[in-house]
Amino acid sequence: MTSTNPTLDLAGGATAPPAGRRPAKRSSYRAAETRRKWYEIIGLTTPAVIVYVMFVLVPIGFAFYYSLFRWRGVGPPTDYVGFDNYVLAFQDPIFLDALRNNAIIVFGSLLIQGPIALGVALLLNRSFRGRTLFRLLAFVPYVLAEVTVGIMWKLLLSDAGTLNALMEAVGLGGLVQAWLADLDIVIWTLLFVLTWKYVGFAIILLLAGLSNVPQELNEAAAIDGASWWQTQRHITLPLLGPTIRIWMFLSMIGSLQVFDIIWVTSVPAVRSLGASATMATYMVDNGFFARLWGYGNAVAVILFVISFVAALIFQRFLLRRDIQGAVTGRAK
Amino acid sequence: MAIKRRASSVLALSITTALLAAGCGGGGESEAPSKDELFKNPVTLTWWHNASQDGPGKTYWEKVAKDFNTLHPTVTIEIEGIETNQLQRTRLPAALLSNDPPDIFQSWGGGEIREQVEADYLKDITDQAKDEVANIGGAAGIWQVDGKQYGLPFRMGIEGIWYNKEMFAKAGIAAPPTTFDELNEAVTKLKAINVVPIAVGAGDKWPAAHWWYNFALRACSVDTLKKASLELNFDDQCFVKAGQDLKAFIDTKPFQPNFIATPGQNDPTSANGLLANGKAAMELMGDWNKGTLDTVAADKEALSKFIGWFPVPAIAGSPGDPKAALGGGDGFACAKNAPAECVEFLKYIVSPEVQKGYAETGTGLPVAKGAEAGVADPALKSILEATTEATYVQLWLDTAFGSTVGNAMNDAIVAIFAGNGTPEKVVEAMKAAARK
Repeated sequence: MTSTNPTLDLAGGATAPPAGRRPAKRSSYRAAETRRKWYEIIGLTTPAVIVYVMFVLVPIGFAFYYSLFRWRGVGPPTDYVGFDNYVLAFQDPIFLDALRNNAIIVFGSLLIQGPIALGVALLLNRSFRGRTLFRLLAFVPYVLAEVTVGIMWKLLLSDAGTLNALMEAVGLGGLVQAWLADLDIVIWTLLFVLTWKYVGFAIILLLAGLSNVPQELNEAAAIDGASWWQTQRHITLPLLGPTIRIWMFLSMIGSLQVFDIIWVTSVPAVRSLGASATMATYMVDNGFFARLWGYGNAVAVILFVISFVAALIFQRFLLRRDIQGAVTGRAK
Repeated sequence: MAIKRRASSVLALSITTALLAAGCGGGGESEAPSKDELFKNPVTLTWWHNASQDGPGKTYWEKVAKDFNTLHPTVTIEIEGIETNQLQRTRLPAALLSNDPPDIFQSWGGGEIREQVEADYLKDITDQAKDEVANIGGAAGIWQVDGKQYGLPFRMGIEGIWYNKEMFAKAGIAAPPTTFDELNEAVTKLKAINVVPIAVGAGDKWPAAHWWYNFALRACSVDTLKKASLELNFDDQCFVKAGQDLKAFIDTKPFQPNFIATPGQNDPTSANGLLANGKAAMELMGDWNKGTLDTVAADKEALSKFIGWFPVPAIAGSPGDPKAALGGGDGFACAKNAPAECVEFLKYIVSPEVQKGYAETGTGLPVAKGAEAGVADPALKSILEATTEATYVQLWLDTAFGSTVGNAMNDAIVAIFAGNGTPEKVVEAMKAAARK
């Protein structure tokens, strides 16, 4: 185990046993074996494929179909409007605000969570007393339910909330802010809450990656007189690369689709003014609350396409080495 | 993270399941069933209402269903209490699209019931419920479309200003304001004793929007408002005037700081909480407020001592009817293909006896004549009086105009509250939404 990392076995690890090398004389046996292999594949994948088609592909298809209608969810859709809903979305300044907020969350999460998680993971990877406790603490926020986290921070950050009271108490009254009410601040407040919630996930992922860095390499480096920093910089980090890239990928997709914490922590008025809306909250606000079902579906499709394209680009360029054979064609 | 894919597919999914099940919905015309057929065969009625939280409202509906079953053993009622927004925005529309809606369900009247009737979702109960409609009177009109009755209200009331009598006394305000000039004076006096004059739950949008509705009610004639509801026509300048008046009012800073993030009700930091716990002197809210104030009050006894109610003040010299009021209610409607027993149950709910019991729960004002005796709370009594005295009751504008215009209107009004909207933009947003 020097070059691959188990967390990265996205392709199912399946570099299939080299076929076609068997002696040709037992061709009927080979045919039977091929058949058996196919039965196996079909038998094992059918349930998953059915679920995937029913609950992912079909809804996406329907969403696209409905998005072409001016439809209020009463009676079947009949008023075909082509791509008008898409045009409307990109003309709505609030939707553009939502796109901007999603971008802030995507890049903010990567730039803030990444270094923090890496630092904490490297620290927690050294042996010291109480390491297990600290690992546990770092992971607690991630285990809490999103709604719980949202309500908790909503109370802590409200005007008369704990945070402001605490700041007043220690003489930082001048820095007290309307964390969730100030339209210029609220998205950064939410970015903080999201970071608090999800940094634990990055840490645990990186710790798993670190545990796969062979101890021998560190020892070899130590014998060669490398310092702790040098070891991290030249051995650990490069070997951690695949894990970091996978985390970036998951974080990006999660940030594009983020919904529940925003929905719970930020009140409807602030969302509808664009200050804290994301594509997903905008979709629900317009689809269900304004009863624009066709339009809501158009927003859902836009969100899907953006996430899908982002995922493809990321896989094509950054994850290429890690999942060779799965997406980028057959490895040599 | 990636797990949250569901957020994006929630909409598509629920719409899909709804439509997969849709197909055909047959429908015969409404006819009053003959008396012998009623209660002959056992039927089960499913009932969706919005009293989802434990409390007097939920308990009372359980009792009503049980009593009806005792009265008519052939009818079994299955209740599901669902939180209002979920019920109104997602569960009901999806269930109505499918072939399997609940038999009897919450209905808010206005623009929404018009759409539901146009889609042929609802049972025409005109003949079967004639007597009940007569007993309810004008309020039943909100559940009528083109002269036919499709639902019946069980709660109805006008909104007004809930206030803290003790704070008013302390600030030296002799009598509740009857004009906006007096209200402005009261605000100044309340600021002088260092309390928040008016709490507003702008965070939830509609509590803020209701201020605009009231300015519109004062600025617009009754005919203009009626025309707006029916034709979604907002050309009259009075709708711009409403925004200008609101802006001028906001500029006098009558509300608590950072109101844009204050929720309306349900927790101590909400506008309800501010009034209930003696931190603010006034709040504009409907007749249900008694119950919601109670749930957030730390000291319920103190609350019941200081709480009072007065109608929204008039504006001198404005074309609107000073005795007109904004109001709304809750009702129930039967699905198109629900059994005739559904209508009988609906009639039972609005019968004076059941309505009296409802009034006694204190969760809202009854609509049926003969139930008034159940209203004990002094604040609720004054609302009941004002409701009877009102010359015209305009349904909440967001309900009257339907969700799409309503939502756009509320968003644009909230922008005025936030300081980056204009009176003209509200009207523009309403017109744009009417075309959506």
